[in-house]
Amino acid sequence: METKTKTPPEEQFFFTTDEPEFKTKEMLLNMGPSHPAMHGIVKIAVKLQGELVMDADVEIGYLHRAMEKSCEDCTWNQATIYTDRLNYVSPIINNVGYAMAVEKLLGIEVPPRGQYLRTILSELSRIADHMTCIGAAAMEMGAMTVFLYMMKGREYHYELFEDYCGARVTTNATRVGGMPADLPDGWIDKMHRALKESRKILKEIDGLLTCNRIFYDRIKGVGVMKADDAIDYGFTGPCLRAAGVEYDVRKNFPYLVYDQADWSMVVGTEGDNFDRYLVRMEEMEQSARICEQLAGKIPDGPHSVSDKHIMLPDKKNTYGNIEGLMNHFKLIMHGHGIRVPVGEAYQAVEAGNGELGFYVVAHPIEGEEKDGCASRPWRVRCRPPCLHLVAGIPHMIKGDMVADVIPTFGSINMIGGELDR
Amino acid sequence: MEKSPAQKKIEEKFPDAVLDAHVQHGDETLIIRKDAILDVARLLKEDPELQFNFLMDLTAVDYMGRNPRFEIVYLFVSLPNNTRLRVKIQSDDLYPNVKSLTPLWKTANFLERECYDLYGIRFEGHPNLTRIMLYEGFEGHPLRKDYPKKKRQPLIGPGAKSTQAH
Repeated sequence: METKTKTPPEEQFFFTTDEPEFKTKEMLLNMGPSHPAMHGIVKIAVKLQGELVMDADVEIGYLHRAMEKSCEDCTWNQATIYTDRLNYVSPIINNVGYAMAVEKLLGIEVPPRGQYLRTILSELSRIADHMTCIGAAAMEMGAMTVFLYMMKGREYHYELFEDYCGARVTTNATRVGGMPADLPDGWIDKMHRALKESRKILKEIDGLLTCNRIFYDRIKGVGVMKADDAIDYGFTGPCLRAAGVEYDVRKNFPYLVYDQADWSMVVGTEGDNFDRYLVRMEEMEQSARICEQLAGKIPDGPHSVSDKHIMLPDKKNTYGNIEGLMNHFKLIMHGHGIRVPVGEAYQAVEAGNGELGFYVVAHPIEGEEKDGCASRPWRVRCRPPCLHLVAGIPHMIKGDMVADVIPTFGSINMIGGELDR
Repeated sequence: MEKSPAQKKIEEKFPDAVLDAHVQHGDETLIIRKDAILDVARLLKEDPELQFNFLMDLTAVDYMGRNPRFEIVYLFVSLPNNTRLRVKIQSDDLYPNVKSLTPLWKTANFLERECYDLYGIRFEGHPNLTRIMLYEGFEGHPLRKDYPKKKRQPLIGPGAKSTQAH
């Protein structure tokens, strides 16, 4: 076959200088609510001049399912069903936050073993959370391999949760006053193996992405949120730390047993997508360090408080003797259950995306009041880290290209369940 | 429990505005007059000692059956000092009017919209006080205690209002 060697004249390829400038008209483009290149249901309306984003507006609320209203209608322990479904990638952190808020109201403290379990499970959840975020963000930029590797890594952590409480995603793995169960035999060894495997995967991802020219050029200097603006918009978590602000609830307002481990807060400088990526990558390593250090020091003893007005008895007692059976029913029956003294408390934990706070109010309910105590929450307010991050999207994408919206959106890790509640 | 420096300072600067200052479960709380919120928030933010530069949360609680009925709760955090402060204002109006904090913090925008949407609290000076979680045309404010839990107002599908089909 004859090969064509003839090349067309140059002017057919390039615009000549005397050609008039390419005129564009301002255009409104709706990205979402359901967009193939973005995860989660959220609408970003962008005003475009050519490919340049001139202005943007975010519309949320598509996943609103009245979590806070539902919590008011259930007992103190039943609300964990709803908190499970806030950030469904790291549900244990949400449950721990809620349980700690109620414990603050009750004025009780979980025994050390329970605190160690909560800390380790929270940190494993954080690794799973960050893995999902980076995997999904990279996938949206075309790196499907990264997503699959990260899902494989996350699976090791989900298996650990499954071994502990029987569920992979909606774990429901805390109780007010402690934990539902002790660790199964051999769980710690399995955790060490899982962390080793995750580290191997993270090393591969690091090799694939961090110095990858295409990835770097795509996200460096894009989606910038400087420190002052980040504070103004109420950013917390990796997105705030990427801007260089040293704020981590685990360090600034220590809770559980984070002070028992040697680890450091990860802080960036620029506040762009690349820094957010780096902060998340390093945080996973720090979380793994916390898990490994604490696993060697878990103290013996009970994992939950022994107060029979708060914790359900062991199943052995429930089925074996009448006192256990009565304890069980006094906590389960309608109109009974945990009695929380009237008051209000705010408890914050560091979730995957930042400060997750629970503002819980106990107020006497007409007809159910007994001795100034409440058997149901009057108000459960969840301070979602995502809402503030999503509110900052217009600021981050203004002045960037339309293609930069995707990595910026990926880097803030919007989770619909927590955003819209 | 002893009062914190922030509580003392606010009491000193706004002696008429502070209704109560207490510490409950380790959370420092101030209850102030409704119309003083913007001035108090500005002082908290701009005072060189207090430096409450972070508006962490803004929400409301409906204490139906009590007077005053509504409480609007602000949670400030000082990053330099590592302290938290809860400021509450109370109102018995059916649709309380509160000054917006949007001139001080951009994050107040979404938080106040959510508070308006779910509780019906009006924020004066807010640039775009519209519904955020629910759709335009939704009737009532669902987090109020007198909103029935089982009430459904679908926008589309069976049970939707015919007027909204257009």
